[in-house]
Amino acid sequence: METDELLINMGPVHPSTHGVLRFKLRMDGEMITDCEIVMGYLHRGTEKLGEMKTYLQVLPYTDRLDYISAFPNNYAYVKAIEELAAIEVPLRAEYIRVLVMELNRIVNHLVSIGSLLMDIGAATMIMWGFREREKALHLFEMLCGARMTFNYIKPGGVREDLPEGFMPKLNEFLKEMEMRINDYEQLINSNEIFKMRMKGIGVITAKDAINHGLTGPALRGSGVNHDIRKLEPYSIYHDLDFKACSRPEGDSYARYMVRIDEMRESLHILRQVADTMPEATVVSSSKYGVAPMTGVPSTVSTYFPRIFTPPAGEVYSRIEAPKGELGFYIKSDGTTKPYRVKIRSPSFCNLTALSWMVKGLKIPDLIATFGTMDVVLGDVDR
Amino acid sequence: MLYSGMWTGDTMTNAYELIINILTAIGVYDTIFGVFKSYGMEFVLKLIIVLVTLAVLFGFVLVTVMFLTWMERKVAAMVQSRYGPMVTGPRGLLQPVMDGIKLIGKEDIVPAKADRFVFNLAPYLAFVPAILVFVPLPFGESLIISDLRVGLLYIIAISALSPISILLAGWASNNKYTLLAAMRAVAQDISYTLPLALTAIAVVMLTGSLSTVDIVNAQSGTWFGIIPKWFIFLQPLAFILFLIASIAEMGRIPFDFQESESELIAGFFTEYSGMKFAMYFLAEYAHLFAVSGILVTIFLGGWNGPVLPGIPVVITSLVYFILKTYAVVFFAMWLRDTVPRIRIDQLLNIGWKIMIPLALLNLIVTGFLITAGVMR
Amino acid sequence: MVPNEIFDNYLPVALLTIIGFVFVGISLFMSRMVRPSNKTDEKLSTYECAEAPIGDARIHFNIQYYMVVLVFLIFDVVILFLYPWAVRFKDIGALGFFEMLIFIEVMIIGLAYAWRKEALEWLQ
Repeated sequence: METDELLINMGPVHPSTHGVLRFKLRMDGEMITDCEIVMGYLHRGTEKLGEMKTYLQVLPYTDRLDYISAFPNNYAYVKAIEELAAIEVPLRAEYIRVLVMELNRIVNHLVSIGSLLMDIGAATMIMWGFREREKALHLFEMLCGARMTFNYIKPGGVREDLPEGFMPKLNEFLKEMEMRINDYEQLINSNEIFKMRMKGIGVITAKDAINHGLTGPALRGSGVNHDIRKLEPYSIYHDLDFKACSRPEGDSYARYMVRIDEMRESLHILRQVADTMPEATVVSSSKYGVAPMTGVPSTVSTYFPRIFTPPAGEVYSRIEAPKGELGFYIKSDGTTKPYRVKIRSPSFCNLTALSWMVKGLKIPDLIATFGTMDVVLGDVDR
Repeated sequence: MLYSGMWTGDTMTNAYELIINILTAIGVYDTIFGVFKSYGMEFVLKLIIVLVTLAVLFGFVLVTVMFLTWMERKVAAMVQSRYGPMVTGPRGLLQPVMDGIKLIGKEDIVPAKADRFVFNLAPYLAFVPAILVFVPLPFGESLIISDLRVGLLYIIAISALSPISILLAGWASNNKYTLLAAMRAVAQDISYTLPLALTAIAVVMLTGSLSTVDIVNAQSGTWFGIIPKWFIFLQPLAFILFLIASIAEMGRIPFDFQESESELIAGFFTEYSGMKFAMYFLAEYAHLFAVSGILVTIFLGGWNGPVLPGIPVVITSLVYFILKTYAVVFFAMWLRDTVPRIRIDQLLNIGWKIMIPLALLNLIVTGFLITAGVMR
Repeated sequence: MVPNEIFDNYLPVALLTIIGFVFVGISLFMSRMVRPSNKTDEKLSTYECAEAPIGDARIHFNIQYYMVVLVFLIFDVVILFLYPWAVRFKDIGALGFFEMLIFIEVMIIGLAYAWRKEALEWLQ
């Protein structure tokens, strides 16, 4: 029987597009025959702003890229500057950076899994996830006074040392989190409906995943064991014992499971970091760093000059953010402002593959697949 | 006496006669009846008494619905380790009242492209069947509006009306989301009406009556003095099938395709606002309570329970019924907060390829067992 | 007095139907008395996630549940026939049961046929 195509707008104001994303769906009944992704509703011109501001002024803007996990954004930018200007970073600062980034990875995956479950109709997980996230956010607040936009990792170190009483609270959190992850698995993994909804849905093979440029858990869910923490160890990751989690199936369930596994790995990393945290200054001793005044405790440190001129040159530096490969390309012309800042954001790369993945699926599958891609619109539109 | 069906008889069979008995007990009935008879208007008296029973039912349903919306939030809050509504009234108990006041004051929007007449008609058709289901529902010993001879069939038939209002609302809104949601909801409702009707047949075979009162009476007493003679023990498979089908019938997670808010905004009532939306809301929760009550009536012994000396059986039976029904309602709410939504094609597959064959099997096995004299 | 009994039994149903309609009507009327009315073109446009709707919703689109509905119609009628039988089941004894078994058998064959012909499958 001849039937017309149904054209549907999904988004920008839709409960499960995680912000202002718009799908233009061409439907045959409930079947998606074509999906066009319209981005840009949250475009704020971060990259262009990067050219107008000094190096240090760009840093707060990176918080607003992937606002769920701002620490890795800070770090990716800072790492690029440090590579550009060859700034030495003290060991304790690196430990603190890894600590907050891994905490942030847990937070990110909690939000990701929670909203995935919310999208497919189970509202409980997001509440549970936010309950634990809240505890992590308290830790962040202790650290830098902010809960989401931290601006904490600075070139040459971190803004402040760990406050008093941070470590006991962290250990408490780690202990609780271990138990909570088991709770989540009990709630979600043993649920037949969840498996029905996720298994075999939104399958992308390893080859296609690479061709479409997927990164992060989405790529590792397809069996490609690609983790930049392993491939190009940065910071202190080469000293830490952890494994890159991957699953061979390539479906939504695999991507979800990778996130659960990664939370466990992050806990493992965090425990190591907490145990081996060195007692030292968080301040860089390199020529760009300004040593703290004598007699002032190391917690109060203004070590990085506001006006900072790195040598001319360009650098691309990438890290494994919770959502995948986050890269910053910075070109310096030797002035106080970057000549160009280009952000390679994981959400954007993962999102572009989605329209290809959902062809022939149904709207509920689109939502489930989209949920497992873990996209934050601030990161997509920049 | 003019109308034999209700006026005579030693035992009370419905709320109407209960009222007459109470009036007789306090000694005013004969006077009132005499007054009405002197004007030749016995029928008016009858009408008034029936209206009183209906008003009580209506009030009960409205209060229950309000309570259920509060309970839904509280149960969700309990599961999700948060408080839920706490500000209005003690522990947020007055929240539904505030919601109602808010909804009354909301602007009513009929989309320009909508079919106005059908759009306005649909809330009526959603609400009326939801309340009609309560007529043959036995709330307690003699606490029933009307013991219809075809009670069970009536309930199934009235429940089957709800897809009509959904389809009308979905189509009249002229919105793609509402249309898709309406199509889904109708496919789901009709697919799950079949197992519902088929499993109910097995119970009818045991009782030999479609009357809800007879079904409840057949479940009185115990086996070996401890196990109550509820049909859940005779028909465990039918109970499970009926439970699943009735949750689908209520349109709740994991089968909430009429709403599926994360996919289709708000399902078929996306375009509704203000009081029209409130009518759907009322109907949904009234339906939740009614279907739970039917489940209790058919499988969980209705208002049967241990008789307490000194308390009129009318009261104890009402309490038992309410308790059991709330247990089922709680289960439905608990389920909602635990499981995700199933996909529509999976839902249809389960309905047609698992539930209906199992219901047919259950029917045949029950027939065999009754014929062989094993099950009575 | 059967007609009277039917009348007595269904009087509440009829009254409740009227009460239901009246209740909805009064609620909507009350709401009309107090609610604001400030209609704009934007507000009255069809909701499609804050974008201008593309095309019309009432198009000739693929209803994939069509076969399901057809099969349902048949089965629902068949099931209706089972009710009178079930009510009298204990009176008609074994013969009645086996007679009806044939009927149910036909129904099962029908279901199996629909299944085999993929009428229950997701239509493309």
